[in-house]
Amino acid sequence: MTNLFALTSVPKLPLAGWIDSFVDWLASFTGFFNAVTNFVAGINAAIQWVFDLLPIPLFIIVIMALTWYITRKKPRKWSLLVFEAVGLLYVWNQGFWRDMTQTIALVLTASLIALVIGIPLGIWMAKSDIVQAIFKPVLDFMQTMPAFVYLIPAVALFGIGTVPGVISALIFAMPPVVRMTNLGIREVPKDLIEAADAYGSTTWQKLIKVQLPLAQQSIMAGVNQTMMLALSMVVTASMIGAMGLGEKVYFAVGRNDAGNGFAAGLAIVILAIILDRITQALNAQGQGK
Amino acid sequence: MEKIRVEKLTKIFGGHVKQVQNMLKDGKSKQEILAATGATVGVNQASFSIEDGEIFVIMGLSGSGKSTMIRMINRLIDPTSGSVYLDGKDIASMDKEALRNVRRQQLSMVFQNFALFPNRSVLDNAAYGLEIQGVKQDERYEKAMVALKRVGLEGYEQQYPSQLSGGMQQRVGLARALANDADVLLMDEAFSALDPLNRKDMQDELLELQEELHKTIIFISHDLNEALRIGNHILIMRDGNVVQVGTPEDILTQPANEYVERFIEDVDRTKVITAGSVMIRPYTVNIDTDGPRVALRQMRANEVSTLMVVDSKRELIGVIDARDTIKLIEDDKEHKVQRLDSIVNHDVATTTADTPLHKLMDTFAQTSMPVAVLDDRKKLRGIVIRGAVLAAMAGREVADND
Repeated sequence: MTNLFALTSVPKLPLAGWIDSFVDWLASFTGFFNAVTNFVAGINAAIQWVFDLLPIPLFIIVIMALTWYITRKKPRKWSLLVFEAVGLLYVWNQGFWRDMTQTIALVLTASLIALVIGIPLGIWMAKSDIVQAIFKPVLDFMQTMPAFVYLIPAVALFGIGTVPGVISALIFAMPPVVRMTNLGIREVPKDLIEAADAYGSTTWQKLIKVQLPLAQQSIMAGVNQTMMLALSMVVTASMIGAMGLGEKVYFAVGRNDAGNGFAAGLAIVILAIILDRITQALNAQGQGK
Repeated sequence: MEKIRVEKLTKIFGGHVKQVQNMLKDGKSKQEILAATGATVGVNQASFSIEDGEIFVIMGLSGSGKSTMIRMINRLIDPTSGSVYLDGKDIASMDKEALRNVRRQQLSMVFQNFALFPNRSVLDNAAYGLEIQGVKQDERYEKAMVALKRVGLEGYEQQYPSQLSGGMQQRVGLARALANDADVLLMDEAFSALDPLNRKDMQDELLELQEELHKTIIFISHDLNEALRIGNHILIMRDGNVVQVGTPEDILTQPANEYVERFIEDVDRTKVITAGSVMIRPYTVNIDTDGPRVALRQMRANEVSTLMVVDSKRELIGVIDARDTIKLIEDDKEHKVQRLDSIVNHDVATTTADTPLHKLMDTFAQTSMPVAVLDDRKKLRGIVIRGAVLAAMAGREVADND
């Protein structure tokens, strides 16, 4: 028992202080973070520019045509097309169109970067048990840390606005695609790997011709989850000035305005369902054979 | 000509290599080594050689190290020590680049569970080996089609593996191996996943293909009947050790130890044992020089009731039996008859030394007379008697009358 009492007399570890100084230290690399900011903002602006170019009715048609194309080999779900038409007309009608395109642009930016980093990382983890052992806890940490917490250093490093929102979203959203890529490649049956090796494939040929195609379903499931997490995070990031539908909800919360809050919230739900169904259909496409 | 030579090939899984090697030298068993070090002996000091153009079967029960052995030949598993010479070059010590070239051009593999790529069509599966060598699409499809035709899968090239039955999937696996035109085929329990009828068909087809292609085939099997059916040589493994290497007949007639003996207990021996291995030296009379009295004396001396009759060139004339001979002598009071022609029965069943016994069953069902074994110049080599066949079927040591 004396030991327990002794433990209570240990002074509180200054963990918070250490992290603050670490963030401060990081913030001194202004050049680096400015470059990242410009890069991310550039991608986001490019996507947004395309979206702003399209007249709203044409945009709706493009989304529906895309769905039509992606589901071409499957029994088509007309209900999804109808839902898209009705849902998107609702968003337009409520005056949330620009906000919605901003949210999509943020989600796409965050997801794209998450995939570009996440898929190779997943491949690397699949190839090496050591790398896997190192990154597994890191991924757990990234995913379970309450999402708001990322917002704080993001502001310190990237200022307020779109970019810290994208950065925190991509940190929060990246783990699923890394995990699922790793898992998908590790689950390729051993005899297929042996067959690839036995016929003299190089490591690269094995990856491109055997492992990635066979892991495709798993990877696409990861992509789907990553996009959904990115969406949830860019909504939250409205707290630090990221634009879009989340901003509308956040304002409504501030003004205790239940009506507008729900109206904007419903638009987010519609967007989420459309994004989810399209990425799932992309996945189902791969197993058509 | 020797195609592959394996020398002191050893695989130890799980480290402690030095310690395990010492324990092996002291004659410790696989189980003792596992208990003491936690390491598993996959293959221990295996040495053998494989001739060009033969089917070499490696057989043993599961856990005997046969899969490890075949994987060390193309180095899907790196040997702990020892060498594998293919055309005189040591695969075990090759660098990655050289190994890849050997795998691409000289060694093809067929897998137990087919290991076809589910995302590729039958044609693209068959063409895989050529594709990774950078062969242009037209050419590789052409070669893959030839291979698919050879295994009887013409018309299926656009299907996907999941649409085919097990037997057909393994044909794709075989076509993939043939398309490469490698001279060595490694077949890892290639037919074990098939049902018995399909398995037999595939064995027949493999033998037919082999007649045409003369590949060197290393075939892993746990099925002794399969091994005896297709193997030119059989290697029997137990607990990572090579127990015996020999022709199917060697294995059956001269099992190296009790283990092999138990292994071969329930084999249909008549399909493997040949007339040559159960034949005995015939007692003969020469029709040109010997008369009935010499013949009778021969019979008495050797306690037999029949004699084979040959001429001076030892070509078979026929057979005489004791009763006819005695009658001929009794009838011939004046000792005039000097020749046996009048009593020779020319109706003798003949066979060759490499005929399996099951082909002689019909003959033995119809006559109790011995069957004459002739060589290709029609000279008498030996005779097979009923009793020896029954003894061989019962698995008893065949009487050696040398």
